Amino acid sequence: MSTIGYESWAVDLAEVGAVYPFQGSEVLMTIFGVIFWVGWHRIQFVREGKHLEEARRAGDPDKVREILEKY
Amino acid sequence: MDGNLNALTTVFTEFYYWVTVVFMFLIHVGFCMYEVGASRHRNHMHTLMKNVMVIPLVTVTFFFFGWWIYWAFPDFPFFGGLNHEAGNANLPWSETMGTNLSDRITGVFWAAFLLFSWTAASIVSGAVIERIRSSALWVHAVLIGSVWWIIDAAWGWHYAGWMVKYLGYHDAYASGVIHAIAGGYALGVIMVLGPRIGKFAKDGTPRDIPPHNPWMLTIGIFLIYTGFWGFYAACNVPAISPEAIGGQITGTTWTATNIYLAPTSLSAITFNFLMSLSGGLMAAYVVSRGDAFWTFSGGLAGVITASAGNDLYHPIQAMLVAAVGVVIVYNLHYWVERRFKLDDAVGAVAVHGYAGVVGLIISGFMLWGVPASPFEGYASINPLGQTLGALIMFFGLGFVPAWCVAKMQAAAGVLRIPEEVELQGLDYAEHHAYEDAKAAIIEADKAHLAASATPAE
Repeated sequence: MSTIGYESWAVDLAEVGAVYPFQGSEVLMTIFGVIFWVGWHRIQFVREGKHLEEARRAGDPDKVREILEKY
Repeated sequence: MDGNLNALTTVFTEFYYWVTVVFMFLIHVGFCMYEVGASRHRNHMHTLMKNVMVIPLVTVTFFFFGWWIYWAFPDFPFFGGLNHEAGNANLPWSETMGTNLSDRITGVFWAAFLLFSWTAASIVSGAVIERIRSSALWVHAVLIGSVWWIIDAAWGWHYAGWMVKYLGYHDAYASGVIHAIAGGYALGVIMVLGPRIGKFAKDGTPRDIPPHNPWMLTIGIFLIYTGFWGFYAACNVPAISPEAIGGQITGTTWTATNIYLAPTSLSAITFNFLMSLSGGLMAAYVVSRGDAFWTFSGGLAGVITASAGNDLYHPIQAMLVAAVGVVIVYNLHYWVERRFKLDDAVGAVAVHGYAGVVGLIISGFMLWGVPASPFEGYASINPLGQTLGALIMFFGLGFVPAWCVAKMQAAAGVLRIPEEVELQGLDYAEHHAYEDAKAAIIEADKAHLAASATPAE
């Protein structure tokens, strides 16, 4: 048993195609991949909104002035 | 890979594109340095993160659907349906989109296009620094990097694209398909986003916001130049026989070709890259009176202006086209800034967008009547086709979608950061944490010293 479909390399390479594991599950992998991508945007979007909301109230005027001077 | 010649050509082509990809990575490094150098101290980390995360987001989406668009859309939707045969082979679940010993080209060819996608997204990223929300920019990055530019590539940067067939569109090194569209896209976003606080005086006079670190800018743009070499090479097919092209070329002489499979050579584009870089630098130095920012950017704008025809121009033509383009771009930038009160933080709209448009239009005249393709029945290069192509790139696929999406984001209140945060800086929280951590560890060290030190004798 081999996850890539070949148990030895005693093969004619001209007849070898895909060699990645779990061939046949490409659509499922794509679905997982898309969920990972969209989920990432969702998590980042929510966190950034919260962070900006907190940050707008966090500025100490003296420190902000210092930062502005620092350029 | 039957036969030694076929095997050698395949392995050479595989390695060739791989090298171009590594070189092109420097474009992104350069853009990151340029953006950070141009931003103020209080925004450094967020500016950097904004551009770094373009890499994974555009990569995964280009894998999921961008690459399929390129192969499926050459005629779609105006001159035919989707090309399912070519498209299906490049879907994310296709067997060739992975480790496959019978296909050694798809991965490196995909990556070469992907690096163009990063560039398109990164161009937009520079224009909007210090006031856009990262989440908003990353949506735009996916749209320009994995949707809009690759649609334009299918139409105008594919040997069978409808713009090539019917308009005679010719854009060998992507004046339009990367630069004009990305510049137009950036313009659409900044028009809705608005300028940074303080950019314009009350009477509307624009203020310069000088870069925080000009040296970082300089190294950044030199890295972009370096990566651009790889970009040029990546736009070619390195070695192909007339038989493999299958067009009108006769004989058995192998050649390098541009993306349209029309003949050119690496030597030709090396001449022209260097001469257009030089023409751009020299013109920018004169027109900006030696301003370092504009002189360096002018070198880039010069190459971009000449890029549409740099597979065929004479080197002196490349130099002069670049110089003319840079003078137009420089003046247009300041006119637009004053007239429309737009804040393009790194000059991206000008250096990429206007230069791309101007380059396409000039190439329509310079290459009038030249065959755009080796295949029979295609329109030849002409000024009208190139001008229409420029408008499609800059406005149709760049400005309009960007403006619409940015409008929606602005309406939802998720485009721009709050004014208070813009003043205190996006890195304020991180600076706070840094200063607190620093103070705490200094106190801890002092306490340890006080407890353990023995008095000096």
